[in-house]
Amino acid sequence: MERLEVLKTYKIYIGGKFPRTESGRYYSPKNAKGEALGNICLSSRKDVRNAVVAARKAFGDWSERSAFNRSQILYRMAEMLEGRRAQFVDELVFQGAKKANAEKELNMAIDRLIYYAGWCDKYVQVLSSVNPVSSAHFNFSTYEATGVVGVIAGEKTSLLDLVSIVAPVIAGGNTCVVIANEHLPLCAVTFAEVLNSSDLPGGVVNILTGKLNELLAPLSTHMDVNAIAYAGSDADTKKTLQLNSVENLKRVRAYDMNWFDEKSQDLYMISDFQEVKTTWHPIENIGGASSSY
Amino acid sequence: MAKKQTPSKATAKTSQASKGWDYSPSLESTSHVDLKKQYNLYINGEWVKPSSNKYFKTINPATEEVLAEVAYANDKDVDRAVKAARKAYTEVWSKTSPSERAKYIYRIARLMQERAREFSVIESLDAGKTIRESRDVDVPLACNHFFYYAGWADKLEYAFPNRKIESLGVAGQIIPWNFPLLMAAWKIAPALATGNCVVLKPAETTPLTALKLAEIIHDSGLPPGVVNIVTGYGDTGAAIVNHPDVDKIAFTGSTGVGKIIQKAIAGTNKKATLELGGKSANIIMDDAPIDQAVEGIINGIFFNQGHVCCAGSRLFVQEGIADKVIEKLKHRMNSLIIGDPMDKNTDIGAINSKEQLDVINGYLKIGKAEGAEMYQSPCDLPRNGYYCRPTLFLNVAQSSRLVQEEIFGPVLAIQTFRTVDEVIQKANNTPFGLAAGVWTDKGSRIFNLTTKLRAGVVWANTYNKFDPASPFGGYKESGFGREGGLHGLEGYLKLS
Amino acid sequence: MKDKGGFEIPDFTKSPTIDKVGVEERVARFQTRSIKNESKMQGLKLALNMIDLTTLEGKDTPGKVRQMCYKAMHLHDMQSGLPTVAAVCVYPTMVRVAKNEVKGSGVKVASVSTAFPSGQAPRDIKIRDTKFAVDEGADEIDMVISRGRFLSGDYNFVFDEIATIKEACGHARLKVILETGELATLDNVRRASDIAMHAGADFIKTSTGKIQPAATMQVTYTMLEAIRDFHLLTGRMVGMKPAGGISNSKLALHNLVMVKETLGNDWLSNEWFRFGASSLANDLLMQIMKAETGFYQSSDYFSID
Repeated sequence: MERLEVLKTYKIYIGGKFPRTESGRYYSPKNAKGEALGNICLSSRKDVRNAVVAARKAFGDWSERSAFNRSQILYRMAEMLEGRRAQFVDELVFQGAKKANAEKELNMAIDRLIYYAGWCDKYVQVLSSVNPVSSAHFNFSTYEATGVVGVIAGEKTSLLDLVSIVAPVIAGGNTCVVIANEHLPLCAVTFAEVLNSSDLPGGVVNILTGKLNELLAPLSTHMDVNAIAYAGSDADTKKTLQLNSVENLKRVRAYDMNWFDEKSQDLYMISDFQEVKTTWHPIENIGGASSSY
Repeated sequence: MAKKQTPSKATAKTSQASKGWDYSPSLESTSHVDLKKQYNLYINGEWVKPSSNKYFKTINPATEEVLAEVAYANDKDVDRAVKAARKAYTEVWSKTSPSERAKYIYRIARLMQERAREFSVIESLDAGKTIRESRDVDVPLACNHFFYYAGWADKLEYAFPNRKIESLGVAGQIIPWNFPLLMAAWKIAPALATGNCVVLKPAETTPLTALKLAEIIHDSGLPPGVVNIVTGYGDTGAAIVNHPDVDKIAFTGSTGVGKIIQKAIAGTNKKATLELGGKSANIIMDDAPIDQAVEGIINGIFFNQGHVCCAGSRLFVQEGIADKVIEKLKHRMNSLIIGDPMDKNTDIGAINSKEQLDVINGYLKIGKAEGAEMYQSPCDLPRNGYYCRPTLFLNVAQSSRLVQEEIFGPVLAIQTFRTVDEVIQKANNTPFGLAAGVWTDKGSRIFNLTTKLRAGVVWANTYNKFDPASPFGGYKESGFGREGGLHGLEGYLKLS
Repeated sequence: MKDKGGFEIPDFTKSPTIDKVGVEERVARFQTRSIKNESKMQGLKLALNMIDLTTLEGKDTPGKVRQMCYKAMHLHDMQSGLPTVAAVCVYPTMVRVAKNEVKGSGVKVASVSTAFPSGQAPRDIKIRDTKFAVDEGADEIDMVISRGRFLSGDYNFVFDEIATIKEACGHARLKVILETGELATLDNVRRASDIAMHAGADFIKTSTGKIQPAATMQVTYTMLEAIRDFHLLTGRMVGMKPAGGISNSKLALHNLVMVKETLGNDWLSNEWFRFGASSLANDLLMQIMKAETGFYQSSDYFSID
């Protein structure tokens, strides 16, 4: 007799834990062949709320970790993703990708993590400046994480869109709440399992599955979310995000990109979720001060 | 043997001055300043009448006298200005070589320097700010801003490694009344350096120096339409924001209006830079250089009558030195000279408008009603004009409206704290994030505080310092984008 | 432990720290004050009346001192309504000469002491130096602190020495010279000021005039802040004497601005503020005459004593 396969339960990822949605609801997206992908959590606004709380709680520790440590953890994420190749490729294929494309998407996702792992301890160095002011002050500008970022993963891929946005966001010390691709949700959940085994502190990345039109508003109007990253191309969605962001002046970044293009990864994806801080301090005996050396 | 002597009745021929010494009035002369009775709109290199033929009065808030009549631009006029800017952009400015652009901006800077005195006099007349500040701060900083950005025009490719840069097109710029000329410089200089054309609207209470700047821009030979200055009220600003052919909105002003603008441009491709409100914390640790800290508190809240978005309006003093700091603070406040902005010795001038004075007085009432203890400099105020005494509120709570809301006047809310962690929490406990001040003698503590305070500018052992090379701008609801420095270029460029 | 005034002697290592750049900014702001018309004339005369006309040279003779004393009382007799200076300042051996010259004029005689200017002498010699000057008729004693001891952190020694000299002064008022040019930092200036005032100084004074830099506005401002704090703490007024380097009217007026805005009008008399200077007097006189006549003046018309 053939062995009965153990099916996977797809759960959401909040604060380093895998709860089911508090709403108890699910949905069953289907692939092109009409096969159900599974019972996927239909997250609710309360899940959004819980995820934002978890992200905020994780922000202090994550943003203050050494850049080197963040870099190590992103590299570890890539290692863990590599180790689960087969599972991701299977899921991508099951969701409709050709085998070769599935392999390509996974490879790019892994390499993208490596790319941003390398930036963690370099972007501040590249972007910061010492500003030559005219008074007797030392003045420098450096970069700090914006805070909690709401990420709306793209509509095109199950894994690469998500990784392409999440990596620069967390490389820069932000924490995030991700709304997974509604129609291709499997890799997002499995990626959460990768995160959970990568030394990434709980709450840094939170991943919700469900209907975008239900989750968009609670996330983008949330007063404790500081920025929104949208990896899609829909003009109405973009406008809604911008309008919803007005009340606390969230920084809204929209990326209509082909993530398979190498050029879609770059330094400025990190700086998009950074705040510039300029610090002044007096210096004795230079500039305006009298001196005789 | 020495004779017994008491010191006090010693000198025979004493100076008549020994009973006290006051400064005689020392008024900056307003001769040599050329103000017209009526100002039109500066569009496409010409002074044109507003299509509505309406004008409004701009007054001197120190005397309530009318200074001039200024054109009230409506959406037709704004459209005309945007069209002029677009035409200048496509036909001339985008084809002008960067190094030539630089020379125009340098020339404007020089012309401003040459007429610096005139600018400061007009600024003080129109805005109520002291001649000392307009002469020593506003005008030189404005000139320097043009100088700084002039040099960037032909070096932009060095600013953003690995990116291709392009100008945006037409920038709509709306500026506030607190630093009228300086804000015009902050807006126009980087826009021109990056190859954009400009439609700028100064605030309705302080349009004169921007119009004066238009004269200088005209004299500089800048091609017509590259810079257009339209005067008017909020609806004029709205016409700029909503104009479909504007590529960029740069706004400095209140958070409320900033949000309206954000809403208006949602779904468009307009790029925005917003410099909005603040409620910045000024933190005095018990090991601070106390007398310089007191000076920093004074400078933090009373500079420009407190009409400063980054004013240090929330003072946090560590409990061990609170009494001493407040005693010194009161002592210092008593020596401030409040009065005629045109007197070179005046420290605190007039409140910018009747409306703003009403707002401030409203907060004084709220503070008293909330039970906070109020202290004001015991000085006489001029009979005419809009004035407010420098004011402290002691014993205010974090939840007090005086602590939560931006007052934009010479009103300081004082709280005490015990530990570093507590003060970081309280300082960050606000929707704003523009600036912060930290006073302590200990280096490691400075960096602890400066890294944890969520604000775009942190002044350590100093306050309210500005420089063209130093990026300025906020976190959270204080806006986004930076002005000044290399970082100030980004808002006017398309990077690809 | 309490000082003579009954106030707890503070831990001088805890004197407030000073941020020099902040001080420079504050001073720059005093310098923007515009002193015009009546207030300028008043200020110039006030400054004249605050001068300690000084000669402190190895080659001083009774003849030189007599001439200076005459000038102290007759600054510019062609012009009426001018005050005298506050005092003449001489070495102890010249006190008697000076005292005789200025008798009845109200001009005081100040004597430097305590092995001026270096202060490098044993304490008993400093006491004798002081007592000698007082016995010769000095109204005021300008002592120097032991800067070496101060810089090596021996604040108790410095304090005790000042207290001892104060006792030796009897009724003469004691000015304590910090020699700020040798103290190097404003933190030290502040600390030395605190020590001197708690030890009984009636005046604190910047410099001997033999060391550069001397009375910079930064240093004077720091000392004025110390005086203000001491007054707030104890209620006792202490005088201030910048000495050395104040050679023109503008600088003198800026000093008065600084006193007025830091300490208030109460300090604006020669009872509480002095200029240790010699060439300042003529510059003030020239400015006064410019205001009186409308013409810019030449030094040929002002006596150089």
